Amino acid sequence: MAMTDEPILQVKNLRTYFNTDEGIVKAVDGVSFDLRKGETLGIVGESGSGKSVTNLSVINMIPSPPGRIAGGEILYHGKDLLKMPKSEIRQIRGNKISMIFQDPMTSLNPFLRISNQMIETIVLHQGLDKKAAKEKAIEMLKLAGIPSPEKRIDQYPHQFSGGMRQRVMIAMGLSCNPEILIADEPTSALDVTIQAQILDLMKDLTHRLGTAVILITHSLGVVAGTCDTICVMYAGRFVERGPTDLIFESPMHPYTQGLIKSVPRLDRKSTERLSSIRGQPPNVIDLPDCCPFYPRCDKAMDICKRKYPAWKTFDNGRTVGCWLYSEER
Amino acid sequence: MAQNDTLLEVNNLKMHFPFGGGFLGGKKGHIYAVDGIDFKLKKGETLGLVGESGCGKSTTARAVAQLHRPTSGEVLLNGKDLTKLKDRDLIAARQGMQMVFQDPYASLNPRMTSGDIIAEPMRIYNKHGILNMSKQEMDERVEQLMERVGLSRFFKNRFPHEFSGGQRQRIGIARALALRPELVLCDEPVSALDVSIQAQILNLFKDLQEEFGLTYLFIAHDLAVIEYISTRVAVMYLGIIAELSGGADLYKNPLHPYTQALLSAAPIPDPKVEKNRKRIILTGDVPSPDKARCCCYFYDRCWKRMDKCLERKPKLVEVEPGHEVACFLYHDQSV
Repeated sequence: MAMTDEPILQVKNLRTYFNTDEGIVKAVDGVSFDLRKGETLGIVGESGSGKSVTNLSVINMIPSPPGRIAGGEILYHGKDLLKMPKSEIRQIRGNKISMIFQDPMTSLNPFLRISNQMIETIVLHQGLDKKAAKEKAIEMLKLAGIPSPEKRIDQYPHQFSGGMRQRVMIAMGLSCNPEILIADEPTSALDVTIQAQILDLMKDLTHRLGTAVILITHSLGVVAGTCDTICVMYAGRFVERGPTDLIFESPMHPYTQGLIKSVPRLDRKSTERLSSIRGQPPNVIDLPDCCPFYPRCDKAMDICKRKYPAWKTFDNGRTVGCWLYSEER
Repeated sequence: MAQNDTLLEVNNLKMHFPFGGGFLGGKKGHIYAVDGIDFKLKKGETLGLVGESGCGKSTTARAVAQLHRPTSGEVLLNGKDLTKLKDRDLIAARQGMQMVFQDPYASLNPRMTSGDIIAEPMRIYNKHGILNMSKQEMDERVEQLMERVGLSRFFKNRFPHEFSGGQRQRIGIARALALRPELVLCDEPVSALDVSIQAQILNLFKDLQEEFGLTYLFIAHDLAVIEYISTRVAVMYLGIIAELSGGADLYKNPLHPYTQALLSAAPIPDPKVEKNRKRIILTGDVPSPDKARCCCYFYDRCWKRMDKCLERKPKLVEVEPGHEVACFLYHDQSV
């Protein structure tokens, strides 16, 4: 994988809040990461942990109101996307940074033929005329493994199966040769055999085109097989970040440890009891300024209830937010 | 041959749903959701049903519970054929069989308190004169059940929306246990839950089984979950059972090409293992079950298909002790 050291996307201390009747929901509260060319970055976490909001913030698609980006920087090639005028962002979004959504059933317009939906983006961003754009679209569909794309392109979304629709989404997402592809749970709605097909296709295409990928998922199995780097998210913050191999080999944060242990595995004997994390994920409304995981943590200490742990970075590229590894305590 | 330890016996169960015709016209036909399956469930074991969406797992559970009256076939619970029973007899026979549903948000009535939800089966059986429990007995039973599934008894006046997904699933489990059933049909009870909660609920199922000697028909699409919970596993494809075997045996030695593909497609949360795995990537999608078939159901996607697979339908046959498979690679018997 061609990875260079220069990050193409830098997210620094991103905070996205939603105003609700019950209080301020801190959906994302201080998230930072870098993305390099050709890298595949996985963001894992449970529902409500802020994975999707992080990425909607990156492409500036937070519905406002009630949402707002309360702070932080999103640097794309050094330029802050948050300070850019809308017209300029539109040049980047869908072109240089594109997105694949979870549900292929709802993210395609049911009233428009696939051709119209694909051509629209290509004409807008690549300045091709309609005929050339259609050729390009057919070529992308072929790359995405859709049989007889010349015929299929004039069909409507309901004429495609779930897996095929996700292939269309991938073809569409990659049609402008984006630098960054954000895939938000691209396989969660699909069956395992189709999931394997789609992940395979994504890996193959992004590798060939040199696209960097941010893959959002709740499945540890999916990140293990596809990502170079993983960020584990809990209650709006990253708790741990590092190379995939190291995180699975020796998870440092108690939440990551618990998460990995609570997934039943096919390749292991199931005689032993599954260990689970006790309690429930917290409500992210008005979270106190302490470690959000401490009520469920087996290693909780006094300081965890008082202060949010500082980030600690290790030489091997790992970062963890837990008082266990901090000297300050 | 009704052995004493056989709790549930399903023989050639078929469930076809008609579509089309009627006022709006249109093409008439049937969805062959479940198309002739046989299995037996021994007391105290867990049979896992696994397969992709639309393969008929849920329909099987519903047809067993007589929520859909099967098109044909027998469902013997303790030797009694449920498909032939009507009204009160059916209600009485069904006391020993309860269900836990997939969606903890849709399967609880939002206007009832959790205590009422758990007490409802008892109230219904009281009304039919099958049970005779006093209000106080029911209250005690509800509290006892809530504590057993890990909810505080003080929550019994709360409404479903006040609980999280995992807690709601616990309410659903308590409701299923209210009538002291022998058999619990679990229709994807952990699919809607987060990983950390899923492990809690799976462990709860295991503990309850040990404590009350329950028998489960456990449906899931996650192979690892099925492996963890089941003693035997049935792999379904397009309305039939493709392979049925003891859990460990199936995962070590899958025979049916579909099972092999399914196992190789399931991601394993370990990058080292993932890097060295060889995947069998199936081409195409699951075909629609809207036509009767006379060939092997998996023919379109199989990479080991032979000519005879197109001519006849393979039968589910025991090829090794306790290991049944419906594939001509291992035998030559057709339906």
